[in-house]
Amino acid sequence: MKKSLSLLLCLALVATMTAGCSGSSTSSDNSDVIKVGVFEPLTGANASGGELELEGVQLANQLHPEVLGKKVELVVADNKSDKAEATTAAARLIEKDKVCAILGSWGSSLSMAAGDIVKSNKIPAIALSATNPQVTLGNDYYFRVCFLDPFQGTVMANYAYKTLGAKKVAIVQEVSNDYSVGLAKFFTDAFTKLSGDASAIVSTGNYNTGDQDFNGILTNIKATNPDVIFAPGNYTESALLIKQARALGITCPIIGGDTWETNEFITVGGADVEGAVMSTFFDDTNPPTEAGKTFVAEYKKLYPDRQNVPAVTALGYDGYMMLMDAIERAGSADPQAIRDALATTTNFEGATGVITINANGDAEKNSAIVKVVKDGKFTYLDTVTITQ
Amino acid sequence: MVVGMTLSTFLQQLINGLSLGSLYALIAIGYTMVYGILKLINFAHGDIFMMAAYFAYFGISVFFLPWYVTFIITILLTMLLGAGIERMAYRPLREAPKTSLLISAIGVSFLLENLATYLFSGKPQAFPEFPVMTTPIFVGGLSIQPVSIVIPIVAFFLMTVLLFIINKTKVGMAMRAVSVDYDTAKLMGIKIDNVISSTFAIGSGLAAVGALLWCMKYPSVLPLMGVVPGLKCFIAAVIGGIGNVKGAVLGGLILGFSEVLMVAFFPSLTGYRDAVAFIILIIILLFLPNGILGKKQVEKV
Amino acid sequence: MKNTQNSLGAYLKKHWKTVVFLVLVLIGIGIADQFVNSFMRRLLNLSAIYTIVALSMNLVNGFTGQFSLGQAGFMAIGAYTVAIFTVPVGLRSTIFYLAPMAPLLANIQLPFVVALILGGFLSAGVAFLIGSPCLRLRGDYLAIATLGFSEIIRIIFTNTQTITNGALGIKSIPTISSLWWTFGIALIVIIACFLLINSSYGRAFKSVREDEIAAEAMGVSLFKTKMTSFLISAFFTGIGGGLYAALLGTVDPKQFYFTLTYNFLLIIVLGGMGSISGTIIASFVVTLGQEALRFLDEPMAFGLDLPIFRPGLRMVVFSFLLMVVVLFYRKGLMGTNELTWNFIANKYRSIKSRFTKKAASAQGGDSK
Repeated sequence: MKKSLSLLLCLALVATMTAGCSGSSTSSDNSDVIKVGVFEPLTGANASGGELELEGVQLANQLHPEVLGKKVELVVADNKSDKAEATTAAARLIEKDKVCAILGSWGSSLSMAAGDIVKSNKIPAIALSATNPQVTLGNDYYFRVCFLDPFQGTVMANYAYKTLGAKKVAIVQEVSNDYSVGLAKFFTDAFTKLSGDASAIVSTGNYNTGDQDFNGILTNIKATNPDVIFAPGNYTESALLIKQARALGITCPIIGGDTWETNEFITVGGADVEGAVMSTFFDDTNPPTEAGKTFVAEYKKLYPDRQNVPAVTALGYDGYMMLMDAIERAGSADPQAIRDALATTTNFEGATGVITINANGDAEKNSAIVKVVKDGKFTYLDTVTITQ
Repeated sequence: MVVGMTLSTFLQQLINGLSLGSLYALIAIGYTMVYGILKLINFAHGDIFMMAAYFAYFGISVFFLPWYVTFIITILLTMLLGAGIERMAYRPLREAPKTSLLISAIGVSFLLENLATYLFSGKPQAFPEFPVMTTPIFVGGLSIQPVSIVIPIVAFFLMTVLLFIINKTKVGMAMRAVSVDYDTAKLMGIKIDNVISSTFAIGSGLAAVGALLWCMKYPSVLPLMGVVPGLKCFIAAVIGGIGNVKGAVLGGLILGFSEVLMVAFFPSLTGYRDAVAFIILIIILLFLPNGILGKKQVEKV
Repeated sequence: MKNTQNSLGAYLKKHWKTVVFLVLVLIGIGIADQFVNSFMRRLLNLSAIYTIVALSMNLVNGFTGQFSLGQAGFMAIGAYTVAIFTVPVGLRSTIFYLAPMAPLLANIQLPFVVALILGGFLSAGVAFLIGSPCLRLRGDYLAIATLGFSEIIRIIFTNTQTITNGALGIKSIPTISSLWWTFGIALIVIIACFLLINSSYGRAFKSVREDEIAAEAMGVSLFKTKMTSFLISAFFTGIGGGLYAALLGTVDPKQFYFTLTYNFLLIIVLGGMGSISGTIIASFVVTLGQEALRFLDEPMAFGLDLPIFRPGLRMVVFSFLLMVVVLFYRKGLMGTNELTWNFIANKYRSIKSRFTKKAASAQGGDSK
């Protein structure tokens, strides 16, 4: 009896499966709808970032719901902050939902996991805030609207050396996070070059994603008495790390990268993250372009109770808008035509700045915003421009 | 690096180790009690700990209850949750092979994690601050948060209370009886189900106290926050000799100190920190399979 | 010569249904390989890989009765072996851009098959090192020790940047897309497991599972038997991991977090601890089912804006399902049975008789 019940259970599962698989594949071809895939972590460790990007894309979609006289439909896929999920989610968007382009994902490693799939299926994709160089490198179908880690590392090294006058720096990196490890390395290179002192990095500490106790590493760092601590990593761990550093009596400035700019960083960190400095993509109090001003105004209309416009939301907006621009110039929703149009994007006015796509598929950006936490808000501090 | 370490740095690391180790100890006691009675690794213990953190977060930050009310409600709710899990997921399998019980425990842990992710989202929530507990006191270059002193005191206090319950009360006697011989205890008229329920309730209550103190020290609440502490505290219980309350406290302290001192003496190996617990576990299992205090079999729950 | 022909003929005569079924399966794979789109292909490939890994887990957990939770670690070894040895040498400097690859490894490139098998052997080698201390442990200690080793492997891979590229992971692994690789190897593993289970080794495994003391009294060497099962399991898991790396095209340590093992645990529990066919069926049901239940994560499903449907619900349903199986259908789909022709015939007969019984009782009810 029980066995036949369990058999039934499995049959039911298979039935829903076939129903689910055959359900939505009807309305794909030659309709009045252009489908765009949004590929984001909506559950798991990166859910906060994924949600913020998605909001930007959705806002842009609300404002510009049509292109070439057709309705643009967003198909959202959750990649669960997991690589294996990410590859199936991307394949699903392409094969089952027949999207003509993909936006996302937050988190470079998730974007990279989808890289081979978009490449072999010849579907263009736009990374919104994935800063790892490897995302677009050697992939003609992946583009990006933000700056890259080597650049970001250089910006923060410049900030630490020139503005803060630091001579000795301690680094704490999240060793299981590619973003953190990469940024730490680029910072180290840039800083030793700037200071001309090969031993300018006085201490390096590693922690793992999900760690909550950093007292051991921080006590070591305190003993080396650095001028600045550079601690790129996830916002949760970073906020706890800063709290514990302050509790240990470490008073030097603590600086990091763009991932810190989320509300949770401030709510978890509280008063202790006051003065934390990070590089980011966008300053909502002073948008660089007209498009940026419209975006901020619309965002505030939609979310009147929010204090800040997150930079990754602006990038989500830009990714969508740049894609619409490309579809318009291509004159069709054919993926190959869109790719070619994206590759030739020049002087496109996005919310975060004027975007020109280079041979690598990256947006050429030479300035970054530096923000500081002040009175519980991310506040504009400086714009750092690096000319090669 | 070792040469350059000053006395104050070393003392600071010892303080770090003491407070971390005492936290491990608190959670490990719950593991050890359940194992003592059911001979089951309660994989869900870490997730019960996580749920307790959410209860407290909701009490204070969402329903704006005073902290003492919240703490009492949190502990009671968590005890109820623990006993409820035992009732729903472990009791029906009392006569089943042990593997089924273990799988059920993993299943409960998996379910609680996914449920928490679904209900509370994967985003971290900020646990309310307790400035009295966290504002550091500086003593000659050392920084001590009051909470770091409170944790060991609470841990030792609860250990004493628990030893009293186990050794001097009727429930405790019943617990010891069930632990020594399940079937005979049943024949002697001990209400096995009640004893097991109260064991789970007490163990979960300790996890709740652990969660409250943990969140005061590390104020972020996440659906997966219980996974790593859960595993490590189980290891702590094994190190000390599973089933033994004093052993759990000893194991917790050993683990806390080894982690922190490993970071202190081998800064280049900090990335391997999480492996320390497992390496100690395997060494202990090989050379002292009953744990450090396991052989004496006193105060066995 | 004639004799073998005769026995072959007899074998065919006895097992013609199975042979026909196998041929049909092969033809089915061939057809699917030609016509299936790449999304479905990916799912089928993943199902086949899950079959391989779950089956090898079942060998230890189900057939030998040793509760091991080290699957994720062995998969990682296989996956990284394939990744390290098959990535084109020319691409390595761009992949290992933070810290160059160890010179010893930097110029070695192996064909996929060689790397795959090497991954299996390395995984078995590590299993040998782990097994010699761990397999002497009692049931649940073994679980936690193997879980611990799997975590240690992951932590080591995170930190050895010049070999594994640390957290950055390795990308641009030459991928497989044909179904033949995964299904072919899955078939080999299934047949190997089947032969193994029905050999004297398999009987020894089962005797250890049923009663260690009795088995030992019968002259079965406990440690040797457990170790054999553990090594074979690790070998196949390593191969499964290698295929996994080649399917995804990218590996990083986070993929091999110990929760990955829970997926396989779910499969073998659902399929039945100690059933090969149950494991195969469950692997496909779970992998395809997870994809099919995706609509639970989509807020706009059914055109209603139900707040119940939002990301995360799918996993809740899935873990709930696991609990239901554990609590109410403890034996899973197949228990320790196999889906043989006799089993199907019996099932058919029992269902038929139940229906006739029901019909009879219904008629009886009417007459009253």
